[in-house]
Order: sequence, then structure tokens, then C-alpha cells
Amino acid sequence: MRRRVLHMALVTVASMAILLPATATAQGGESVTSTILYDDAESGERIGAPGVLVTVTDENGEIVSETETDDAGVFLVELPGPGIYSVTIDPATLPEGVVLRNPDRNPAVVTVEAGQQARTIVATGSGEGGGGGGESGITLRQVSQLTVEGLKLGLFIAMMAIGLSLIFGTTGLVNFAHGEMIGWGMLIAYLFNFYGLAGAFGFLQSWPAPFGEGMNLILAALLAILGGAAMGWSFDRFVFGPLRKRGAGLISQMVVTIGISLVLRYFYLFGFGGTPRFFKDFTAQSAIKLGIVDITPKDLVTGFLSIIVLVGVGLFLIYARMGKAMRAVADNRDLAESSGIDVQRVIRFVWTLGGALAGLGGVFLGLAEQVSWNIGFRTLLLVFAGVILGGLGTAFGALVGSVIVGIGIQVSTLFVPTELKNVGALVVLILVLIVRPQGILGTKERVG
Amino acid sequence: MPDEAPILVDGTGLGTIANEPGVAKPDPIVVVDKMRRAFGGIVAVNVDHLEIQRGVITGLIGPNGAGKTTFFNLLTGFDSPNTGHAEFNGASIDGTSPHTLARRGMVRTFQLTKSLTRLSVMENMKLGSQKQGGEVFWRALVPPLWLTQDREIEKRADVLLERFKLSHMRDEYAGTLSGGQRKLLEMARALMSSPEVIMLDEPMAGVNPALTQDLLEHVKGLPDEGVTVVFVEHDMDVVRDISDWVVVMAEGSIIAEGSHSTITANRDVIDAYLGTHHDAPIDFDEEAARITEDEAAAAREIARDEEIVQKIEEAGDDDD
Amino acid sequence: MILAAIDWGFIFDQTITQAIGLNAAVYAIAAIGLNVHFGYAGLLNFGQVGFVAMGAYGMGLSITLWNLHPLLAVVGGMVFAAFFALFLGVPTLRLRADYLAIVTIAAAEIVRLLARSTAMRDITRGAEGLNEFIGPFREYNPFNPSLVYGIGVIDFRGTEFFAIVIGWVVAFLAVLVVWLLMRSPWGRVVKAIREDEDAALALGKNAYYYKMQALILGGVIGGFAGMVDAIGKATVQPDFFVAPLTFFFWLVLILGGVGKVWSPIAGAVIYWGLITFVQNLGRQLVDEGVVPTSVMDPSQVDQIRFWIVGAALALLMVFRPQGIFGSKEEMALDAR
Repeated sequence: MRRRVLHMALVTVASMAILLPATATAQGGESVTSTILYDDAESGERIGAPGVLVTVTDENGEIVSETETDDAGVFLVELPGPGIYSVTIDPATLPEGVVLRNPDRNPAVVTVEAGQQARTIVATGSGEGGGGGGESGITLRQVSQLTVEGLKLGLFIAMMAIGLSLIFGTTGLVNFAHGEMIGWGMLIAYLFNFYGLAGAFGFLQSWPAPFGEGMNLILAALLAILGGAAMGWSFDRFVFGPLRKRGAGLISQMVVTIGISLVLRYFYLFGFGGTPRFFKDFTAQSAIKLGIVDITPKDLVTGFLSIIVLVGVGLFLIYARMGKAMRAVADNRDLAESSGIDVQRVIRFVWTLGGALAGLGGVFLGLAEQVSWNIGFRTLLLVFAGVILGGLGTAFGALVGSVIVGIGIQVSTLFVPTELKNVGALVVLILVLIVRPQGILGTKERVG
Repeated sequence: MPDEAPILVDGTGLGTIANEPGVAKPDPIVVVDKMRRAFGGIVAVNVDHLEIQRGVITGLIGPNGAGKTTFFNLLTGFDSPNTGHAEFNGASIDGTSPHTLARRGMVRTFQLTKSLTRLSVMENMKLGSQKQGGEVFWRALVPPLWLTQDREIEKRADVLLERFKLSHMRDEYAGTLSGGQRKLLEMARALMSSPEVIMLDEPMAGVNPALTQDLLEHVKGLPDEGVTVVFVEHDMDVVRDISDWVVVMAEGSIIAEGSHSTITANRDVIDAYLGTHHDAPIDFDEEAARITEDEAAAAREIARDEEIVQKIEEAGDDDD
Repeated sequence: MILAAIDWGFIFDQTITQAIGLNAAVYAIAAIGLNVHFGYAGLLNFGQVGFVAMGAYGMGLSITLWNLHPLLAVVGGMVFAAFFALFLGVPTLRLRADYLAIVTIAAAEIVRLLARSTAMRDITRGAEGLNEFIGPFREYNPFNPSLVYGIGVIDFRGTEFFAIVIGWVVAFLAVLVVWLLMRSPWGRVVKAIREDEDAALALGKNAYYYKMQALILGGVIGGFAGMVDAIGKATVQPDFFVAPLTFFFWLVLILGGVGKVWSPIAGAVIYWGLITFVQNLGRQLVDEGVVPTSVMDPSQVDQIRFWIVGAALALLMVFRPQGIFGSKEEMALDAR
């Protein structure tokens, strides 16, 4: 009898696990709430801030709800179940003269137990900020802020896109596992950031940093670049190089990249868990003013670093011998080969460089947003949009396209709900393919 | 008494016209004007004017890189020219897609045979036939709607396969055929739609000598069925054997047109070929060349005189 | 001993149940559609899950929004799927195969995000999805919902059985339609286009139209998979239609053998049998402590499936692309 009950329970659990995806089903009762108050400059009273835009996302980064505070500054969001959620306040919708006291606790991570109504605290202060209760028109400040954020995002995407575009240009292969190379860099950096070299070798746990207690993120980032490069190199050395040699078709190779991406992504989930986390360093920062926009130091630094890296890659492509060889092979493989270029070596280098860039892009992305197991796939779609817009196969096209996509997406949030901003990327993708399939800088012959 | 009727002195209507590039033909089926195709900085095709005579076999020759295949692609819709105009049976074919041109009666074969290796020989043949009801999505779902037509097509295919001596391979995968057999198949398949013009891109390339004769006989017989033939070739023996008219391309333009004997003696043609080593050397013996030129010129004069005599006689008849 | 502690009877029970159950039918139908796309027409569709979603939502919305009769709702699902195919095909079918792959994978994800969004909440009910459409379908259930149908240990409740029967009937009908089409002149043209589009063009066939028709046909079949799934689970939820699901369908297709009419069904049955077996075994091994929880805890057992699918996809493509029942000669994999 007990066995049968056990069976039934296991059957139920098994079917639920197989039939239903990662998010839990509603049990009822879980919610998150808060009251946003501020000191009214005129009356000196503490009153509620109405019309403030609040976004709640779940562990996988999926949006649960977008809502606004009521006239008393209160919001209440019902949740599908217990778990860990992020609550994001849109500072642009705070009343005039009100800012968030701790902009780096935004988004705030809230753990919700079963049946619990969780409370989160939103601390406000005075300063220049907000544009009114979300009702105001589009201000120059908003546009500039979004453009800067978009530029930053675009630069990160560009770093990842160049690798993808060059891999396609030199081998004809669309690498669907590129997102996982991004994730690899991000997770390696996280691992070393928190656990130091002990992350790799458990027995080093008790040693001081950088061995046991974690290492500075900068060092960890360097290791992430190395890790990304190693992954890219390994892919070509052990998988795609041999496949090319055997004469495997491009379609087979593409499906292999899909298989690899699945294995890697769910390995990341297995090792890292579903909850997004932050790096140890540089996470709690207040924004500084740069003209009319607010920007955190880490964003500034990563932004500059990306520009430097991209310029470096660009110069490399133009002036260095290997760089020129890469462009030649991407342009016309047979011609390049007959001019004496060792095409296989160039391809190996392209994969390695692509992996390194993706790894670095992953670290920057983790700093800008969060470290999570599936950010690679989400970013991959944006990378595709950037690459196709710029021209599949050209490095400079990837750069241009990615920056445009990044800015476009962020600025589009002025008219489009934030949760749907990535949809814009797809729309761009499809429009480009209808109007000018070779993209901005691509050549027509590659295309049809 | 109509003045425009083609004067068929030697059977082709081409006996009396000048042997110059761009010369007008008595009854052109295809006319090309100022067609230009450039890739980046390289001009691949630059044809000022060309007319293809109906019902004859025209050979298109020239050294490698002369632009012959590109020109074929432009004519059959597989590529678009930067500028230029072409007509087929008097109607414009600018910007027409390849499948539409095929349906209008202009079919082509390819330099690297495109026999569909994973389909059987018979399936390949059936594909050649056009206007098949069963090829329409909805009708395909209802076999009774297309089975009869399919069987008729099969019978026609069998006749053609018999002619091309491929009947014994009828149910084999086309991939098991030899290179020469695939060329035969491609030609037979192209004939399934009873085209008006068939453009053959190097039909003899890679075919062993034993089959070459067969292929040549088939091609020679096509004009009798009302099919105009244009073909690209490198083998000058082939060209001499079957062409009624030869067009010579070099560096994208047409440098000479005329009968085989004329063009082999043509200085420009010889210059174009010198320096490229191919199995199409044109031997030239200066004296022999001059004699041939004179002979050709004489033959033309005689033909013209005969025309005039004929006209006078016919005019005389009308008076009675 | 370890082996004795494991309830093999239960595992066996589960394996058979899943192998012939609703999920296998759904996957089979989706893979049949994919077979039309890739096996016959050579189209690289990495977004089949989007078509499945369109079919499901189309059918569900036809009832929740427009109160249509169930049969008309099915037509609604077909229409949604067909439009999706048009939407994707128009920009990409004249381009290289990779472009279709990229666009389909992105479009399917966008469908899911849109369906899930708060902006579309009034229509698609966000993450909770559509749940009220099942009523009219249940009225047609010839089986008694409170009875259990089955043989021996393999049994299904009446409502579930209804869906399973529908599922397999649809699967077999789809196979029939595909079989009829592929041995017709239409099928001949499609196969020719897949092998060499230029040759087909030179023979007067409008390759673009045929590819579009194949895309629509395979997409509508995929839509049916979504509809069967919706009827079986009585719900349409966006998070079911995640990108990896497309590649589960791909695995089913490749496993069975690309280009063979029956292989998607064989592949689906084998896939579900194997995965269920492995996952149940794994779960029991973890529960019994054979696999220590420091390595893997019970909630992570389900992730095994993704590793298996990913590895199987890569390995099959490299070492045995014809799958189980495909023939090596007819391999539809070329470097285009």
C-alpha cells in the first residue's frame, strides 16, 4: 500500500518535472510589496511616490510583472510561487527631484518563502533625477541616458559579435554555441572571483587570496579571457577542425554547435544554479554624473575598456599580418589559400580570438547585469541581430551593427515595454533581410 | 512577293550575311543589346550586339575567362546584367527569372552536370516535363488527378531515353551513371519540355570519346526538330563538326562571328587564343589561311549572284 | 545490493507509458513537420517550437477570444501556424540556409516572450497561459473520464486516453499526407530543389514557391503538435515553448532517420523511452543515495535530459547522421 502511494507520488512528481518547465506552478499567496516614500520638498512631509514603474523578474530573468505604484506609493506584485526574485525600480519615473539612495541595490534581490508576502525597502533621497511620475514626456536626459546605456550594451555585443562574424566569414559556420562561450567567460570570472585559484584546485581553499579566498575581479577577468580563448581554441582543435577535414557539411557542423550549446548551457545550470548572482567586487557603486547622464564607475571603465579592445582588434585586423590574413580568408577563402596563406592556422586563430573576446564580453555583461547560466543564449539573439545588420562575415560590420542594435534596443524602451525590448532586435533582423540582406557592410555574393 | 523571307541557300539562312561581330540575322530567336556585367572592377561580359539565328546550331567559343558561361548565365536568368537588353522571340526577357525563361522555351544545361543524383533516371526525366498537374500542391494530394498524365510523361521519357541509349538505366539512381551518361541524361531531360532554344554549356566536357559521337549526332539532329541550339565548347573538332555558325568571345566581348572556316582564319581570333594553352589550338598556316579567306569570300559572291538570279526568275514568273 | 533497491518495475512502467503516451505523439508530430522542412525540402528550421506554439495559441485563442467551435479552432491553429511560416519565409527563402536558421530560432523565442509578456496579458494570459479552452473539446470525448483504459500496468485515465488517441491519429494522418505528397510530382520537385536548386530552376520549377509551400506544410503539422499538446494538458503555457524543445524535435528526427516517412514516429517513441528510463533510473539512484547529493540532488536529475540530447545531437551528426533507420546513401546533409 505504501509502495503504491510512493509510486503515485513519484509519478506525479515525474510527470510534473517532465511536462512542466523550470518555473514552479502557482501555490497561492506569494507576493512582494513595498511602499516608496520620499520627502516632499514643499511640504516637508513624507509622502508616497505615485506612478513609479516597478519590474519584477524571476530567477531566470523572465519578467513576472511590470506595474506602477499607486497614489500612496504602494505596489504589490503577486508571484507565481516561492523563490528568488529581482525588483527593479525605474528611476526615471520617480518624482521630480527624487533619486534612489542606493542605485546599486536596484535591482533588489528578494527571497520569497512559500505563502509569504515579502517586503522590500526602497530608500529615496533628493537630487536631480526622475522625470516626474512616469507621465512626463520624453526628455533629452532620458534619451541621452538610454543612448549611453545602449552604446555600452552595443559595445559589449560588438565584442561577442566580431568573433561570431569572423568565424562565419572564414569557415562559413554559424556558431550557435557562441552564447555559451560568453557564459564560460562570465562563469570562470565568477569562479575565480569568489574562490580564487582554489576554484580550480580544491586543496588551495585554505590559502589566502588570490588562492583561497577569491581574487580580484580584474585578475579573474584576465583568467576569463584565457579561458574563453582556450575554449575557442579547443573547439577548433578538437571538434570543428577535424570535422572540416573529414568533409563534414556546414549543416552538420551547425547542428553540432547546437548540441554543444545545449550540453554546456545545462552544465552551467547544474554547476552554477538557476539564481543569478553578482560578482564580489565592484557591484555596489553609486552613479556619478557625466554631463546629463548618470553612469557608474564600473560602466565607465568597462565601456572604455571595450572601446580600447575593439580599437585594438580593429587595428590588428588592418595592420597585423595575421589580421590581414583573417580578412583575406573571410573575404575569399580560395583566393587567400592560393596566395599562400595557411587557412587552417588562420581559422584556429579566429576561433581563439573569438573565444577570448566572448569571454571578456561575458565578464562585462556580468558586471553590467548579473551572472547567470543562460545569459549566453539571450545575448546570442542580440548578437545575431547585430551581425546580420552589419553584414555577416565582416568584422567591422559586426561592430557597427552591434552598436546600432544596442542603442536601438535601449532607446526603444521609451516607447516599448522593457520586457519586450529584445523583440526590437528581431524586427530589425527581419527588416534587414527583406531590404538589404547583406547588411550594411556585407557583400551581395555571400547572400543568396 | 515578300522581300523579308529568309533566303535559305545553304539551309541555314546564314550563307549570305557578313561574317562580322554583331551582324544581324535573317530570323533571330534571341537578340542581345549592350549587355554588360562587371564584378567589382572586372568587366566579365560586354556584348554590344548579338543575334542568334533560329533553327541552327551556333557555337560560342573563346579562351578561358572570356565570359562565355557568365554570358550564358545572363541570358538564362541565373545572373542579372548591370545594363543591357535581351529579347527572346521578340519579347523582352530583362529581369526574367530562370524558371520563367525555362517555361517560355529557353532551357540550359550546366558545365558541371546537374543530374539529380539522388533521384532515379526516370524521375530526372519526368522533372524535365512542364505543366504537370501533379506538381501543384493540392492536386498532388489526389493521385487520380495526375496519374494519367504522369504515365503519359513516362512514355515520352522512355522514347527519349531509348534515343539516348539510357533505357537500361531507367530506374537506377542518376548518381550511378558515368560522367558521359549524365551529360546524355541532362540533354535528354532538357528535351522533355520540347524547348525552342537549348543552351548547352560544354556538353562534351568530360565525356569519353566513345560517347562523344553519340552526343554529337543527337545535337546535330536537333534543328530538324525545330530546336535552336547554342553551345559553348573548347574542342574545335566538335565546333567544326556541328556548328552552322560560330561566335567568338574574348575578354567579355564578341570579337568575331561567322562560319567555322572564316573564324579559324581570323587574325583577331588567333591572337585571342595565342598564349593560352588549351586543347583547342588553332593551327595557322599563313598561306592556307589566306586561301581559305579567299575561298570563303568567293563562295559568298557566288551565293549572292545565285540569289539575284533567283529573284529575277521569280519576278519573271509573276508576270505570267 | 544497489540493483535490487531500484524499482525496475516502476521504471519499466514509466518507460512504456511515456514511449506511447502523449509526449511521444506530440514530439512525433512536430518531428514529422520538421522532416518535411529539412528531410525533404532541405530547409533549416531551428524554430519549430514557434510553430508548435502558434498552433496551440491559435487553437486556444479561437475559443477563449472568439468562442469558435472546436473544429474551427483547429483551423484557427492551422491558420496561425501558416501565417508564421509566411512571415518567416518571405524574407529568408531567397537567401542561404543559415539565414532561415537564425531567423527561425530568434522568431520562436520572440513568440514565447510575446506570449509571456504583460503587454499581451489580456490575450495570452502571460505566464499562466490559456486554461479555459478545454471544455468544448472534452464534450467530444468518447471515453469515460473516470475510467481507466490500458493493458496490464500501462494505463491511462479517460481524458488522458482521449488526448493520446487523438495524438496518434493525427500523427498517422500526418505521415499519410507526407507520404502521398512525397511520391507525387510535387514531392519530386521538392526533392530536386533540395538537391540542386539551380537545376530545378533550369527545368522551369519556381523554387521559391515550393520551398514556401514546404515551410507552410511542415509548420502547420508542427502547429498540430501544439494543438494535441494543448488538448492533452488542457493548458497552453509560454514556458513550454522554449528554444531547447526545437532541438529535442531535431534529435527525434535525426534519431529516427532524416527523410524517411515513418522515422519521426520511431524516433519519438525511442527517445521518450530512453529518456524516461534514464531519468527515472537516475532519480532512483540519487534517492537511494547511490549517487551522493553533493554531486547531484534530486531536482537536478531532470537536467540530465539536456546533456543527453545535446551530446546525442552532436555525436549522431558526426558519426551516424542517418540515424537508426535512415540510409546512408540518401543522406540529406550537404554543405550548402
